[in-house]
Amino acid sequence: MTSARDVVVTGLGATTPLGGDVPSTWEAALAGKSGARTMDNDWAERYEIPVNFAATIKVKPEEVLKRPELKRMDPSAQYAVIAAREAWRDAGEPEVDGERLGSVVSSGIGGVWTLLDGWDTLRERGARRLLPMTVPMLMPNSPTAFVSLDLGARAGAHALVSACASGAEAIGYGVEMIRTGRADVVVAGGTEATIHPMPIAAFAASRTLSLRNDDPEGASRPYDVDRDGFVIGEGAAVVVLESAEYAAARGARVYAKVSGVGLSSDAYHITSPDPDGTGQVAAMRAAMEDARVTAADVVHVNAHATSTKVGDLTETASIRRLFGSDADHVQLSATKSMTGHLLGGAGAIETMFTVKAVAERLAPPTINVANPDPELQVPLVRDEPAKLPGGDIAAINNSFGFGGHNVALLIQNA
Amino acid sequence: MANTEQEILTGLAEIVAEETGLDTADVALEKSFTDDLDIDSLSMMTIVTHAEDKFGVRIPDEEVKNLATVGDAVSYIKTAQD
Repeated sequence: MTSARDVVVTGLGATTPLGGDVPSTWEAALAGKSGARTMDNDWAERYEIPVNFAATIKVKPEEVLKRPELKRMDPSAQYAVIAAREAWRDAGEPEVDGERLGSVVSSGIGGVWTLLDGWDTLRERGARRLLPMTVPMLMPNSPTAFVSLDLGARAGAHALVSACASGAEAIGYGVEMIRTGRADVVVAGGTEATIHPMPIAAFAASRTLSLRNDDPEGASRPYDVDRDGFVIGEGAAVVVLESAEYAAARGARVYAKVSGVGLSSDAYHITSPDPDGTGQVAAMRAAMEDARVTAADVVHVNAHATSTKVGDLTETASIRRLFGSDADHVQLSATKSMTGHLLGGAGAIETMFTVKAVAERLAPPTINVANPDPELQVPLVRDEPAKLPGGDIAAINNSFGFGGHNVALLIQNA
Repeated sequence: MANTEQEILTGLAEIVAEETGLDTADVALEKSFTDDLDIDSLSMMTIVTHAEDKFGVRIPDEEVKNLATVGDAVSYIKTAQD
């Protein structure tokens, strides 16, 4: 059942390590494919970086965008625009007044390629060789700005930044824009393009990356006892959100509704999650209260689960603490096992997966779990997709970020 | 190394095409950067930066506003090289 105040998802778009669009990404995810591969460069030897693989984007923007577009946008904005155009087409290109259309597309880190290329140019060749587009390309609001330009979105273009929770926070903010009456339609999501030696070396310095160089496809293994860190990924995902009323009036196809947004912050440590999971529980509880559902209604959780020792188990302990015995009927999926960690894009691609899971009643698998961690407290979907029940169901997408940001989005069938 | 006017026009047309998506054939001597080719100031400065690189000349910012047409730019570059 949908009511007039509900916010529904009518379009999906993505460009990811698994595919250049949503259908190919979803198909690869259901088939349990990994998007991680050895990188075609010499960064590891040249800079003594301990990691030589990543979940790089499957379809290069050069194959999709025009040359002037490629030159005017940082890869982070290129991915966002590719995903937004697909989502917009998928939604049937709503003929909405630009004043009633919003854009909320976040990046966790921003235009690092542009920033660092600019620094190289400055050092090697001087200030006059810097291109005038350098600033508009490196700024972290560049992806949302280019999406708003592309679609003529004038109700507001926003870019909320909360590290690896950014994409989910963007979608949550898009929901709020519609609920508060600022927009009828919002294009919302996340993007990241940080497969550059500096961020990879920096993440390696924080000791959070998997070092499984001899087995890239097996490296991202959330909840496996031998997990040793995350696999850096890149790409973008965007959803088209609409008020249920607006979508119904134009006869739009509806995938699902986003009926709960839960936000909290740990205020515990700059990178480590609070081991008590207080903030994570608060975010999930807030999302459930917002949607007026109980733990008994939640049948699927797309976990943040990055494949780090501490993070994965904190989240499942939080779910168990909040859900109690209801956690026994939750189908938990950790899709980063296949996509790698898209950082600012993660919350968006995982919302896309959660929406698809609810719409198709199919939870995507978690791969590479040879030996489940004995402390895992929630049933995990392994290797093969799992059927979700019929009738009214709810699912949660969790996203957490460096800085202690917690975002839970609650998705229900339409 | 000095280029002929034709070489400069061809090279400049490639830069403009790359920046704007226009066909190189549209970048003719009599065309105005703003009125005919719809090039904004940010794109113009990008084109200038690439042109300086390609032709080994310096085009000061205060000169850029005097380069109304493609022909003006070709002449300026030619003179600067000679």
